[in-house]
Amino acid sequence: MTIILFSLLFFGVIFFSYKKYHRIYFNIKLGKDYSNPNPTSEKLKNMALIALGQKKMFSRPISAIFHFFIYVAFVFTQLELLEILLDGFTGSHRMIGHALLDYCPAIYSTLINLIEILSLLALIATFIFLSRRNLLKLPRLNMDELKGWPMKDANIILIGEILLVFGIFLMNSAESAWLINSNGTGYHFILSSVFALLFTSFSADALQMLSQLGWWLHLIGIFGFILYLPYSKHLHILLAFPNAYLTNPNAKGQINYMPEIYNEIKSMMGEAVEASDPNAIPKFGARDITDLSQKNLLDAYACTECGRCTSACPANQTGKKLSPRKIMMDTRDRMEEVGRLMEVNNNEWKDDGKSLLHNYISVEELRGCTTCNACVEECPVNISPLDIIVQLRRNLIMEESNSPQEWNGMFGNIENNGAPWKFAQSERANWVNS
Amino acid sequence: MADYLAAGDQPDILFWVGCAGSFDDRAKRISKAFSDILAKCGIKFAILGQEESCTGDPARRAGNEFLFQMMAYQNIQVLNGYEVKKIVTACPHCFNTLKNEYPELGGNYEVIHHTQLLQELLDQGKIKLSDASKFKGKRVTYHDSCYLGRANNVYEAPRSLLAALDVDLAEMGRSKKTGMCCGAGGGQMFKEEENGKERINTNRTKEALDTGAEIIVANCPFCTTMLEDGVKSYEKQTEVKVLDIVELLNSSI
Repeated sequence: MTIILFSLLFFGVIFFSYKKYHRIYFNIKLGKDYSNPNPTSEKLKNMALIALGQKKMFSRPISAIFHFFIYVAFVFTQLELLEILLDGFTGSHRMIGHALLDYCPAIYSTLINLIEILSLLALIATFIFLSRRNLLKLPRLNMDELKGWPMKDANIILIGEILLVFGIFLMNSAESAWLINSNGTGYHFILSSVFALLFTSFSADALQMLSQLGWWLHLIGIFGFILYLPYSKHLHILLAFPNAYLTNPNAKGQINYMPEIYNEIKSMMGEAVEASDPNAIPKFGARDITDLSQKNLLDAYACTECGRCTSACPANQTGKKLSPRKIMMDTRDRMEEVGRLMEVNNNEWKDDGKSLLHNYISVEELRGCTTCNACVEECPVNISPLDIIVQLRRNLIMEESNSPQEWNGMFGNIENNGAPWKFAQSERANWVNS
Repeated sequence: MADYLAAGDQPDILFWVGCAGSFDDRAKRISKAFSDILAKCGIKFAILGQEESCTGDPARRAGNEFLFQMMAYQNIQVLNGYEVKKIVTACPHCFNTLKNEYPELGGNYEVIHHTQLLQELLDQGKIKLSDASKFKGKRVTYHDSCYLGRANNVYEAPRSLLAALDVDLAEMGRSKKTGMCCGAGGGQMFKEEENGKERINTNRTKEALDTGAEIIVANCPFCTTMLEDGVKSYEKQTEVKVLDIVELLNSSI
């Protein structure tokens, strides 16, 4: 009976999560092709340092340490999950544990005890994260752009983590109590054997049920987590890896160049260029998510809305509308919207009269950016909000001719006098004798 | 540059002056100080003079890629025409554009920032600080420009120059990788700031003033302007000076 229920759940989760994760892949593919010139060894190094090693998190050591607890606990608990899955399919109990018990019991106990200690640390971290968000009201975690769903999302995940840890401890403590009561030998759980003292007055049946309950709680927590992840900012636990792998190797100051314009310039200057398709209407800059690169879109899904970018942004710190985090959140929201619309239209795109530019990200936000790269530097998973800002700015200027008056003056001066101010180019060397 | 060509000679290095260094009265003094030092060190350098144009940096960052590439195309034609190999500039925006953005458009040069060249000259003993005590023990703070710092990871060259001057360097809380922008980049220099609760340059200047520094040291003509305006807004211009590193060095030789 348990095996059937478990298998139904398991395959149900696989089916529904496949659909959703595939949709995310589809959505990212809506972007323009992206190629990263970095050699594979460098890419792997970036992934190891930034995603696996969380190197950039440690610029803020306190949150980095607590985040690290949750992360390591999560990774190690997957070993226990493996056993939970095996038990679920076979109806056995601690399959790996029993196999090891006859053979080398120390390994299993060490592993379980490690998981227990890490789980406790993760639990502490989770409470700290909940309180700094909801009680201490850390400014970067309480900004306007987080009102509503993003705030709920963050809390759901944290509470979910508490339930997962609770499930593990319930399972182990009840079993521990049963072992103590029956003078049985078996595993010694370093923490659960202490918690077990709460349960020693329970009957053997009740303890077995409690242990089963803990097992199911953890399992359902995991299944829920897998299904919830694609809707959540928590997707970063997966996408941080490809994102770090695809870290832009160029100097941060270098803005992506537009080859299509280079061709125009060359032909304007009378140089030979490869003939381009005369029917293709070139589009300059980005107006919607389909104009952005797949890396930009991956960035948006990899963002966990921590707000380090925004807290370092000079425009945001001085009260301007721009928030680099909101740029990423808007990009994801719009991508999800486009994805949903396409899903109901057999994956065909029907214009909904909206776009990332204007409907999500306003001109005022874009105009606030000083291109200082503080947001890019801050991001623990190497997202570039700046790359999106520049592409949207290009669309404003080159497609809409939407530019502040002073910038039009600056453009005119550069074009005519070779300087952003109204000075004659012939006077350029006058400083020598001044 | 044309004079060298006419004489059948090549300079060691091209000094890319930039628009601010050519036209802005405050920044001209930085160009002067730098060319003074180059001359004192016996460096054969040239400028392009009337043949130099805006690199296109503010246009590109404002979103006008077309204008940027047009400027880049023209400048690269001139630079390649003179077979320029090595460029030094006192403007981090020009530095970044020439170094990182021109190669894709066919302009390949060795580009260094003036603080890097100055460090080299100091290390080689070509710059002899005869009056180093002038700034000895003086409390100064150093402002990392975004385009030299984060954009290109140059943090140490300017600081080593300050160390050579024996100043009392008081770092701001937000420095190096976490340095705060002066507010000029991304085309902001050429437009009004967006609405907010304060100006970026006054926010940054306050941090600089809070270190108790008598001199705020910069490495960028735009930062210099922004920070000077900031100092004026706090009416501290008589007590606190904003100077480019090269100005400190030049007055210590």
